[in-house]
Amino acid sequence: MAFLSKIKDSDIELAISKVLRYGVYIAMTFAGIGGFVYLYRHGNEMVGDQYAQYVEKDDKFFDYVHHMFVGIFQGKGRDVITLGIIVLLATPTVRILFSLLGYTLEKDKMYIVITLIVLAIITVSVMGGLG
Amino acid sequence: MTVLLFSLIVLVGAIAAGLIGSLTGLGGGAVIIPLLTVLLGVDIHYAIGTALVSVIATSSGSAAAYVKEGISNIRLGMFLEIATTVGAVLGTVVAAYVPTNVVAVIFGIVLIFNGINSFLEKETGKAVESSKLATWLKLPGTYPTSNGIVRYGIVNVVGGFIMMIVAGILSGLLGIGSGAFKVIAMDNIMKVPFKVSTTTSNFMMGVTATASAVVYLQRGYIAPGLCMPVVIGVLIGAILGSKILVKSKVKNLRVIFAIVIMLLAANMIYKGLHH
Repeated sequence: MAFLSKIKDSDIELAISKVLRYGVYIAMTFAGIGGFVYLYRHGNEMVGDQYAQYVEKDDKFFDYVHHMFVGIFQGKGRDVITLGIIVLLATPTVRILFSLLGYTLEKDKMYIVITLIVLAIITVSVMGGLG
Repeated sequence: MTVLLFSLIVLVGAIAAGLIGSLTGLGGGAVIIPLLTVLLGVDIHYAIGTALVSVIATSSGSAAAYVKEGISNIRLGMFLEIATTVGAVLGTVVAAYVPTNVVAVIFGIVLIFNGINSFLEKETGKAVESSKLATWLKLPGTYPTSNGIVRYGIVNVVGGFIMMIVAGILSGLLGIGSGAFKVIAMDNIMKVPFKVSTTTSNFMMGVTATASAVVYLQRGYIAPGLCMPVVIGVLIGAILGSKILVKSKVKNLRVIFAIVIMLLAANMIYKGLHH
């Protein structure tokens, strides 16, 4: 595994930019497909006041994801869009995980610790939402 | 208004938001929120959820290019993310105890002074000597310019770190303004070159926003029909913007930045006075 010991910062940069690019393209694809279905079905309806009044929800995250997949298999455009949004919202976190991998291969202890601290803080604040 | 027309209007606004966001290192929220609430009569909760989606789209869409070109400083970004994420958590906690309207007015005024300063500032091609702490943290880097790869130094890490905590608190507290203070922390305090500051701010923005993403999904702030044109539009705008930034002159970028933060400041002060 000689090449692993020779990993450079520019390799990490390339990997991160690929993670971001693929994440963005996948999100755009799902939003595009879902958007096409949604507009095909509802494009001529009136917007009316469907966004004028916020309806409070308190779904459990896993119920939310479950409903989304049920909707996708029923061919609902809005749930395909939601999948695209979730992919998009996940890109920064996946990017951090790849940086962690990169710094581990580089054996850069200081930045392994820094990346772990950032991950821990995000986990705590996301868990605050999940609880 | 039909759903189709509504979606097209939001799409056009989102392209503008992505373009401005990727050029200035500021989130697109300042464009998306007024467009939705003032012009289209959308409830603020849905507008905030949509703005969060637009911020992450701007960040990932433009950072993909900036990181590849070697403009964003990923170590600096990762190190300062400790400050912004801690600040964001603190911000949501202190929101219950501090008058957010007063905070909005004070920071709005700070931004106006900074906007004026940004107009006056001349790019000196400042080759600062890095401080010991910056060197120890491996923060100094290089970035491509029209004259080839340029090496730059970084100073005042502690000051920049504190300013980043403030930026994080503001994003937790007000939902806007964190991008502006991130750029100010790097450009003014740490003496990071302007292009590196704005692109690193862009790179970081997505992570700061991630902290609220799950909560927003659960509470139903993110309406798929509303976010769809935003995801597509912002990504198109951000990818276009990142192509422009790579070739633009720093002077022009500074002018755009100054104008946008002045508008942002006016928005903050207005919000503060009317709540």
